[in-house]
Amino acid sequence: AYKRFSELLPKEERENACSARVPKSQILTLPELRANPFQHRICHVFSTSDTEDDSMSFEDFLDMLSVFSDSATSDIKSHYAFRIFDFDDDGTLDRKDLEQLVNCLTGQGEESRLSSAEMEQLIQNILEESDIDKDGTINLSEFQHVVSRSPDF
Amino acid sequence: RRDSQQADTEHLSRWEKWRRTSSKSLKKALGEVKGMSSYLILWRHDIRSIEGKFGTGIQSYFSFLRFLVLLNFIIFILMFSFVTLPTIISKYGMFNSTIAYISPKIIEHNCTIYKPSGNKGLIYFYTYLKDLLSGTGFLEVTSLFYGYYSIDALWISIMRYNFPLAYLLATFAYLALSFLWIIKRSVEGFKHNLVHDADPFQSYCNKVFAGWDFCITDPNAAQLKHRSLRSELQMDLDEEKQKQKIAERSTEEKLRIYSLRIFINIIVIAILSGCFYSIYKVTVFSQENSNVSIRNDTRTDLVNLLVQYLPSIVITLANFIGPLIFSFLIRFEDYTPAFEIKLTLLRCVFLRLANIGVLLFSLWSQISNCDSDKCKPCGYNYNHYPCWESDVGQEMYKLLIFDFIVILAMALFVDFPRKMLVTHCSCKLVQWFGDKEFEISDNVLEIIYGQTICWIGTFFSPLLPAIATVKYFIIFYVKKIVLIHTRKPAARPIRASSSNFFFLVVLLIGLLLAFVPLGVSIARIPSSKACGPFRNFNTSWEVVPDTILQFPTGLQQVLFGMASEAFAVPFFVI
Repeated sequence: AYKRFSELLPKEERENACSARVPKSQILTLPELRANPFQHRICHVFSTSDTEDDSMSFEDFLDMLSVFSDSATSDIKSHYAFRIFDFDDDGTLDRKDLEQLVNCLTGQGEESRLSSAEMEQLIQNILEESDIDKDGTINLSEFQHVVSRSPDF
Repeated sequence: RRDSQQADTEHLSRWEKWRRTSSKSLKKALGEVKGMSSYLILWRHDIRSIEGKFGTGIQSYFSFLRFLVLLNFIIFILMFSFVTLPTIISKYGMFNSTIAYISPKIIEHNCTIYKPSGNKGLIYFYTYLKDLLSGTGFLEVTSLFYGYYSIDALWISIMRYNFPLAYLLATFAYLALSFLWIIKRSVEGFKHNLVHDADPFQSYCNKVFAGWDFCITDPNAAQLKHRSLRSELQMDLDEEKQKQKIAERSTEEKLRIYSLRIFINIIVIAILSGCFYSIYKVTVFSQENSNVSIRNDTRTDLVNLLVQYLPSIVITLANFIGPLIFSFLIRFEDYTPAFEIKLTLLRCVFLRLANIGVLLFSLWSQISNCDSDKCKPCGYNYNHYPCWESDVGQEMYKLLIFDFIVILAMALFVDFPRKMLVTHCSCKLVQWFGDKEFEISDNVLEIIYGQTICWIGTFFSPLLPAIATVKYFIIFYVKKIVLIHTRKPAARPIRASSSNFFFLVVLLIGLLLAFVPLGVSIARIPSSKACGPFRNFNTSWEVVPDTILQFPTGLQQVLFGMASEAFAVPFFVI
């Protein structure tokens, strides 16, 4: 893992890779993240940078790898997934978050999005299935409840 | 978290520190061993790359293929070590072993005449080829078929090896092994399916929150995954709308649709019976005419070969045309799309497996063809079938070989030319024909059909699993090449968790179906008196009661107690 991280740094900074931070643009060149529609959210969630530039240190990199590995518990995975899906960082998944989530899943182009009627129906169904307290948003515990019964997560 | 852990370590005693470092290094070592042993898994890299490019549905097909290769290999090892190896050891007299031939109890000598024409003298080369393809001639007397194992007991140094019992027990062992292994594999899938099915209301959340496959690294594959997710979601929404529409149907419409469905089901049954009848007729024709030509030698070899392969050809045609007709008919029945797929699949599975059943049934009707008193002395038609188990083994062998040839031919002569046509010729007709998707269900049914033949045939032809192993090994590479070079990924991929379970369920159905003909052959039809290890018994099953009667009486009583109803039923249930 250390080797992968240091490959991302420009040559001059490789010696003190432990303390350096890799800018976001470099991280997105990783093959696993390149094709991932949630790449920006992933960088944002795992980055502990003070300057909000979504750069990642070696510690952040390790955190990311450990959460995505097969040995992470489902609790940890669902916790981080919730943070990744929460596009406006308000602690709940409301309609706008869900809409953005579905758009990420279906593709970036204009023709690959669902029609607004379909989107409405889909979001309605999702909220019906997962919103237990019927407040129109999904909070962390509802999300974890839904995900724990999902076999493909 | 790491900082807090480091702060903790400073407070611990030396003993605790040592324990912690040793457990860490142990975990690391175990991790490395696991990493190394994963290199030993067959085809690990190939399947991973397929998963990345084509998704987990198609990857599950290839892991299923790998599972079958392993299963067949283990079955082959089992049969080889208990059946073929002792035979070879004793026939060549190694390890100071001898064979005991017990003279048959039946005095009727006609039953025991069996002269396979093992190709003596000057033979043309193409006779060898013909024999290789049809299992007759020189191949009939080798250890491939049942007729080779005409031994009653083996003496290896001082021990007595009860060969007939070993043969029967090895058969039961490989059936039980396959059964247990399939059940073990499907238990994991079943648990997932149970959870998934128990809450059908959760399908949307599942698709949206867990829909993205994080193993995809190729941007092209990502595009396709986007497309597939979109079409899956759209399909679900469409299905929901259709369900609402169905709930709002008027009574008049319902009546119309139900009568249409009944009519179409009658057509389906008619097609199935047509298939079965034609297979029966063709098998009878093939058996009668291939026997005649051996005696008269008036037909040319090629025609003879064709006649011998006629049942396989008809079965393959039926397996090919049937599903096409079914998928055409089901459109008129107006079901929800998911149910349509399931029903078509069910009909195709039934068609393929029942075809094998009909073939075997027609073979038996020939073997027990007792008009004009041909069977009286031995219980079966000994004139035409002095060694009927070898004949059944030959039919299974021919089915297997023909299946293999058809798969190779389809890949070479249909898939590659089609792809070349589509890429190089831009006329509208060809483009409409289009690139084909990788039809997972068709391919899976194909290999399950082959595996069922292998299970049934191994009793009659102990080396058949080796042929099946090689066949599936080659098919893996053929399918992989066809997939990469000619297929576009499916627009509607099946999810891995449900498809694994589906494959194993259908495989289990095939295995249970294989039990039936084997059970009938072993227990009901009298075994050949001219060849094979069961010459001195009425049926093959009789070895078991015979051997038990030789045990001390105490053990006998225990075994009879176990076999009695009161014990066996709860045992099975558990």
